[in-house]
Amino acid sequence: MTTDHKDLKKQLVADFNTAQERMNGEAKSDFHQTRKAAIGQFEKLGFPTIRHEEWKYSNVKSLINEAFNFDAAFSLSQQDLADLQIPNLEGNILYFVNGVFHPELSEIVSPESELQLMNFNDANKQFPDLVNAHFAKYADYSDNAFTALNTAFASQGVFIHVPDHAVVKMPVILRFIVDTRTENVAAQPRNLIIVGQNAEVKVAEAFRSLGENASFTNIVTEISLGQSANVEYYKVQNESDKAYHIGTTQVHQSDKSVFTANTVTANGGFVRNNLNIKIDGQFCEANMYGLYMPNGKQHIDNHTVVDHAKPNSVSNELYKGILKDKSTGVFNGKIFVREDAQKTNAFQSCKNVLASTDATMNTKPQLEIWADDVKCSHGTTTGQLNDEALFYLRSRGIPTDAAKALLMFAFATDVIEKMKIPAIKDYLKGLIEEKISG
Amino acid sequence: MLSISNLQASIGEKQILRGINLEIKAGEVHAIMGPNGSGKSTLASVLAGREDYEVTEGSVTFMGKDLLELAAEERAAEGIFLAFQYPVEIPGVSTTNFLKTAINEIRKYRGEDPMDAVQFLKMMKLKMALVNIDQSLLSRALNEGFSGGEKKRNEIFQMAMLAPKLAILDETDSGLDIDALRIVAEGVNTLKRPDNATIVVTHYQRLLDYIVPDYVHVLYKGRIVKSGTKELALELEEKGYDWIKNEVDALEAV
Repeated sequence: MTTDHKDLKKQLVADFNTAQERMNGEAKSDFHQTRKAAIGQFEKLGFPTIRHEEWKYSNVKSLINEAFNFDAAFSLSQQDLADLQIPNLEGNILYFVNGVFHPELSEIVSPESELQLMNFNDANKQFPDLVNAHFAKYADYSDNAFTALNTAFASQGVFIHVPDHAVVKMPVILRFIVDTRTENVAAQPRNLIIVGQNAEVKVAEAFRSLGENASFTNIVTEISLGQSANVEYYKVQNESDKAYHIGTTQVHQSDKSVFTANTVTANGGFVRNNLNIKIDGQFCEANMYGLYMPNGKQHIDNHTVVDHAKPNSVSNELYKGILKDKSTGVFNGKIFVREDAQKTNAFQSCKNVLASTDATMNTKPQLEIWADDVKCSHGTTTGQLNDEALFYLRSRGIPTDAAKALLMFAFATDVIEKMKIPAIKDYLKGLIEEKISG
Repeated sequence: MLSISNLQASIGEKQILRGINLEIKAGEVHAIMGPNGSGKSTLASVLAGREDYEVTEGSVTFMGKDLLELAAEERAAEGIFLAFQYPVEIPGVSTTNFLKTAINEIRKYRGEDPMDAVQFLKMMKLKMALVNIDQSLLSRALNEGFSGGEKKRNEIFQMAMLAPKLAILDETDSGLDIDALRIVAEGVNTLKRPDNATIVVTHYQRLLDYIVPDYVHVLYKGRIVKSGTKELALELEEKGYDWIKNEVDALEAV
């Protein structure tokens, strides 16, 4: 279906109903009942305007005025696939084209004892209890129209299960490609990642677009960590200036689990990333690292929430931005420390360099603390490169532009230094260098 | 090598240098001394090309070139080196990577091919031994978390690597204990050659026990009010700056 730009919302609701009529027995399933509730909520909410506090600096008006094909055809040639490759990356590499998982393009190298991976149709048959226990149980759609919309149309992403005590040696790389070479394309992948007790996995979501037309990606990924689980999560965005990307990563942590998110946005026209972590266990660690480098008229918005619901956990957050030209950036970091969450340590820092006088950055740290025995700190800075440092480098013979590039590169790579997938780190260093010199 | 004539400079509305005249020849060591606020560091900064200062009068010729026409990085490439009073901490940039970039940018300016990694490492090893600096310091981020002494030693190491024609040491002795001072001074002395020159900017005489100057100049109120040999430094150590201040102020009153 191709949406009519006159009323995207009405169109999507009608499409949902048409699809539902074509269903047989599965319409009665819990899975579908959740989707039905979600479309109802989407219809009630409608797309947010800038009057909504959470969307104050990110106006989706131009997005909803575009027409998109929600199930566009595509053809990826061998050459396309070769061009899309991240050099030297080894692991389970899964391709999603226009939001749909394509097993025939994908390669799974980990044994099933470590990693169980399938689309939702199969997951509903093989792991109905797991799906019902976790699907849409974390990503709240009551006040987020995009999450509601994604939930309503959920079917095309991937279900990943790492059994208790399994350590997945090879990383799991989800490549999301939107092919806009013939028309405007929309994609709504929905992923559910369930990591068992003592299990470990590295998961990366990497986004690319092909072609000159607009794309709209509305992705939701739910990640559940069992006791003492360890998950390293990457979100790497390198899409076109005509790409709209709205994504929610919803994380649920149990006792003693460690979760680390690395969110790097190199390119994208209009990007909104929600990273929401609920620390629902004791002695957990949550790390959030982010880097965004908009140029031109790109708009990159990162909203993060870490919700400390239980005592004795630590959260660490460091986001950095370099903004060029007329680009805009948004950082909103919420830290909740609930009454029970005594002995919480929560740190947040957001640092930005405005490389142009026309660039704008809006930052808003938001701490809400109900417990009394906690250590929390936050700080945001937005400014130019340090003049003293610049002069120091120049006084050693390094020309201004090269000195600026050196300082910006150091500022940016600081965020990715701790990454544990070398091929992704190298790929990002290349993108960062390109962004700085470009 | 360096010829400064009637150099006047200000920062904002405030004039700091009020007509400096100075000639420096290859092989010479000049000490610039003076009370606080006399303009010593300003002179060092203006020579290195810091843009916070505006040169309002006068000229500076370095190796036959109009120095004031050159940007800071061009001056470095021409052979001027400023050892900072307060070396800047630069997180994320290792000393090694920084120096490799600097050396190759300077070579580019001079129309030379870049130095390859092997050559560079060989040279680094040699200079490290020369100024007695530890490898572990150099693989860390530039000056980040370095002690005062480590920062100053790193400045001298950079100087050894860049092999300038004219080195300007801006209060290199400040914040150093006597051992660190000796090490830094030894480094400077080792690097001294007949074809390069050094300007030592200092408030105290003690550094000059180790780096022996050929000439000593006293700066006061933005002018060189007295010049002499190393004995002048000893006289200043003994009598302080007041007698010179009084002389100058008395002359001004007339």
